[in-house]
Amino acid sequence: MSEYPGDTEGATAALVSAVSTSSASPLDAARLALSRDLRLAFRKRGQLVQPLVFFAIVTTLFPLAITPELSRLRDVAPGVLWVAALLSSLLALEFLFRDDAYDGTLEQYALSGQSLTWLLFAKTAAHWLLTGLPLALMAPLAGMSLGVPAAAVPGIVASVAVGSVALSLIGAVGAALTLGIKRSGALLSLLTLPLAMPVLIFGARATELAIKGGGYAAPLQLLGALAVLGVTLAPLAAAAAVRINLE
Amino acid sequence: MSERSLQGENLHLWRGDRHVLRGVQLSLAGGECLQVTGPNGTGKTSLLRTLCGLMYPEEGRVLWAGQDVRSDLPGFHADLAYIGHEPPLKVDLTPRENLYYWIGVRRRISRPELDDALERVGAEQWRDRPVRTLSAGQKRRVALAGLALMAVPLWLLDEPTTNLDAEGQRLVGKLIEEQLLRGGLVVAAIHHELPVPGATLRRLELAHE
Repeated sequence: MSEYPGDTEGATAALVSAVSTSSASPLDAARLALSRDLRLAFRKRGQLVQPLVFFAIVTTLFPLAITPELSRLRDVAPGVLWVAALLSSLLALEFLFRDDAYDGTLEQYALSGQSLTWLLFAKTAAHWLLTGLPLALMAPLAGMSLGVPAAAVPGIVASVAVGSVALSLIGAVGAALTLGIKRSGALLSLLTLPLAMPVLIFGARATELAIKGGGYAAPLQLLGALAVLGVTLAPLAAAAAVRINLE
Repeated sequence: MSERSLQGENLHLWRGDRHVLRGVQLSLAGGECLQVTGPNGTGKTSLLRTLCGLMYPEEGRVLWAGQDVRSDLPGFHADLAYIGHEPPLKVDLTPRENLYYWIGVRRRISRPELDDALERVGAEQWRDRPVRTLSAGQKRRVALAGLALMAVPLWLLDEPTTNLDAEGQRLVGKLIEEQLLRGGLVVAAIHHELPVPGATLRRLELAHE
């Protein structure tokens, strides 16, 4: 040890090396990946509220542009709500993996010995909690300004909540595929939008039926099926895309 | 400990039309350190990334404890720590939070353990400051704390002493020495001399075509 004059760190060193290690369970790992993203989002609130502000602006501009007449607004309300929700969730996608790719977090996830698929699923869940869920809660408020009756609120919340799960997952694949590309926004929308069409169609249909007071269970179930399909396939595809990008 | 070994067999790697690794052979046993040297652009980083399984070699294979690492990649990854050019830290989190999440994904760590590791690298003064306010050398030190906390047998280090002052470089040497004494393996891409005893040090020189 004569090479290190004045070294008094030996005791701590022994402590660190002597500790027996137990690897983190997949559940712990996912919980940490999710809570890390939530904490980061609250450190960067600007990024967090941006899609929500966009949603609020788009939906409130329509009455000004079309007509203040509530009966006519009510007819376009499902389309307006869903197009705005789709675009604002697309807006948030760019941030999903980008920072993690730059600072090496994805690389460390890929080398963690945990399933990358599972960690990316946790990340996507965090993304939904930060964008999909707030959108679902905001949609009825935006709906009010478009003349949507209060009775339609549960239907709107349910359809946007379930639909945005599918959107987050589809978007995760697109975001992972475009990781290596600078200013990937346009390409990301081009990749994601066609896949998001079924969500838009069934989501708008469920909302329309909810507004008209009909049963909206059928389109909602189809949205649920899309979300389940996304849960099972999207993380696998996203993990494969991230691995290719890391190479 | 003794069965730990890392071998690279005839590794060939192409990046586009560039033949980066041309039949690299290496063999390393527990307690040994391999210093990878060579001018810029000769594939030191590519070699490290190939060894840890991030890059797929066109030919050849990497063996860990005699097994092809492709047969159990997650198991291999659980045994290795790779630190690249940039410390993998979130600039909006503090060093403490960074380590808590980064290492926590791999293994259970306690708070005292974490604080000890940060103290060891001299971070006790700034462990609760956001990483964006830290200097490059301080970030590197946080990465070193993470490396020690991972407690894995194989270290793959890309320029571990970059941005570090003289004391920080001694710290790197000391960490590597302890890792070797534990029977661990270290592969380091580094320009200048590693301050570890010569007996355990092996060299691999990469060169341009």
